[in-house]
Amino acid sequence: MRKFNIETGVVLPLDRANVDTDFIIPKQFLKSIKRSGFGVNLFDEHRYLDKGEPDADNSQRPLNESFVLNQARYQNASVLLARENFGCGSSREHAPWALDDYGFRVIIAPSYADIFFNNCFKNGLLPIVIKKDTVDKLFEEVAANGGYQLRIDLSEQTITTPGGEVISFTVDAFRKDCLLNGLDDIGITLQDTDLIKQFEQQWQNQSPWYFGTE
Amino acid sequence: MTGNTLYDKIWASHLVKQRADGTSLIYIDRHLIHEVTSPQAFEGLRVAERGLWRVGANFATPDHNIPTTTSERQQGLEGIKDPVSKIQVKTLDDNCAEFGIFELGMNDPRQGIVHVVGPEQGATLPGMTIVCGDSHTSTHGALGALAHGIGTSEVEHVLATQCLMQSKMKNMQVRVDGELQNGVTAKDIVLAIIGKIGTAGGTGYTIEFAGDAIRALSVEGRMTVCNMAIEAGARAGLIAVDQTTLDYIKGRAFAPKGELWDRAEAAWRQLVSDEDAEFDCVVTLEAAEIEPQVTWGTSPEMVAPVSGCVPDPQQEPDTTKRASMEQALEYMGLDAGKLIKDIELDCVFIGSCTNSRIEDLRAAARVVAGKSVASNVELALVVPGSGLVKAQAEAEGLDQIFKAAGLEWREPGCSMCLAMNADQLGEGKHCASTSNRNFEGRQGFGGRTHLVSPEMAAAAAIHGHFVDVRDMAE
Repeated sequence: MRKFNIETGVVLPLDRANVDTDFIIPKQFLKSIKRSGFGVNLFDEHRYLDKGEPDADNSQRPLNESFVLNQARYQNASVLLARENFGCGSSREHAPWALDDYGFRVIIAPSYADIFFNNCFKNGLLPIVIKKDTVDKLFEEVAANGGYQLRIDLSEQTITTPGGEVISFTVDAFRKDCLLNGLDDIGITLQDTDLIKQFEQQWQNQSPWYFGTE
Repeated sequence: MTGNTLYDKIWASHLVKQRADGTSLIYIDRHLIHEVTSPQAFEGLRVAERGLWRVGANFATPDHNIPTTTSERQQGLEGIKDPVSKIQVKTLDDNCAEFGIFELGMNDPRQGIVHVVGPEQGATLPGMTIVCGDSHTSTHGALGALAHGIGTSEVEHVLATQCLMQSKMKNMQVRVDGELQNGVTAKDIVLAIIGKIGTAGGTGYTIEFAGDAIRALSVEGRMTVCNMAIEAGARAGLIAVDQTTLDYIKGRAFAPKGELWDRAEAAWRQLVSDEDAEFDCVVTLEAAEIEPQVTWGTSPEMVAPVSGCVPDPQQEPDTTKRASMEQALEYMGLDAGKLIKDIELDCVFIGSCTNSRIEDLRAAARVVAGKSVASNVELALVVPGSGLVKAQAEAEGLDQIFKAAGLEWREPGCSMCLAMNADQLGEGKHCASTSNRNFEGRQGFGGRTHLVSPEMAAAAAIHGHFVDVRDMAE
């Protein structure tokens, strides 16, 4: 997994609560058997005016110029500022894949749906939770200042605004370690192979009915 | 010292290792697989040259992409017109063959929606930990299993290690006391719960559903409730084991038999929350106060009783919520104050992992028997949850009732719940749907979804607009 330490980038404000995973990447793009290439279809139903298809030439499609992603001041954004319950709905990991493929590295919101939140960490994306009041203030600052950037330091667990204000955030210690060092979860778990085997044997002895077949 | 909740008990029995930082390694008993969220996981295994930890824990069936018309299904893979969908279904077949995984293929008579088929085959058992790359895995909690959706990275993790890295959730109890009115169903219970606590109300919790009204539900009804726990923000929903649970499981293909059954039954009877267990949060509803529910917006929490009307965003003090309501009404093409009963329908969908089991089809058939679909309803689909549900319905003559009333009778699959196959809701069309999500574009680009029970969907099909199914019963 890609390591994450410090990210400084343009902030894109998505001023909408309960953004669901269908909003992030519509279902027709889930037919792909690959992990990459979803960035051009991120927020597809709001970013373009027509219906997207997996094999379409996206450069020919009509853009929804009023959608934030298409506005010049937010181009090359890598920090997504969002509202409550971001990423609700399905478990599709295509949602963080699409955000990552587009170029986002950090999401800042007051709350997330559990499965989406977890999926982000598996893909080197950092979802940060901060208080609603602070999120409101950031939305105001982004709106008032073109090219607004934030600096996110994971090891220090801080967000620094252009005005020098420092906002601290919390992050699960294990997930932080994995992101900072780019660790592979499966590799970490397999270090406990003997422990898992031991558990499995004891569990099978105790509850053999879970180990049957048809 | 206080007692343990059902969730505490299943968690503790599957704890392999507790790390100093609070994360835990949890053993997974059952891993369900479908075609959409698994290809990248199998590819990951191949790249890392890793094998499966325990082949027998895995159980696969294709459901999301497959066509539901009989003529297309009879052609097998060649019947899938969309080449991208075809590759995905074939990739599941190939991966299962390569790794030796049990798969009910597209035309196996037992195939169906993974959350219908798992319990039906007895692959879902009480006390298990169950995961699947699908958020509606919460369904299986109806049988007293700890079940939740995972992303593709975790699919790969489970395939390779039979474990997941987890943090324990908090405990929430949602208690529905008393008795439901006639015509009010499990679907109305869960929509009312979501209306009360919101789509993020259960975030960070495992929800145990309890109370007389939950106890009185069949296992099918309990699955409808647990299915939508995720729509209340909770990854997992649970219902304690009782005689109803045990009666449902006994004799199913993967369930234990003989002496092993007796031992299992004794263990499963312990799968209830202790009387002195403490929940971090308790929510209560009175069953008798629940009316048939209809969603009017683009989030399952945007729900109203059928006697109600579309709410006015101007009455909402919270600015973020007000903005969401305004966006939803614009998308849905509805005005504040419109009576729910005045919403006209273009389409009706009876199916999905929420409501496609035999009990759902029986209930819908009772409503449409001897009647005809209204002329303004362009398409009315009935999509059974599995091949076995379909066969049972046909043995009871339900297919003939639906067809005589003008509804289409289809082959099992996810179909118009998420419209990954050809079953798509048209732009601007209103659909009475028994599925679980009314998000923008969910059932088709620009489609407008109203979530309801099978009875309410069937009644809407006949009248062409929403009606109170309780009035029809009288």
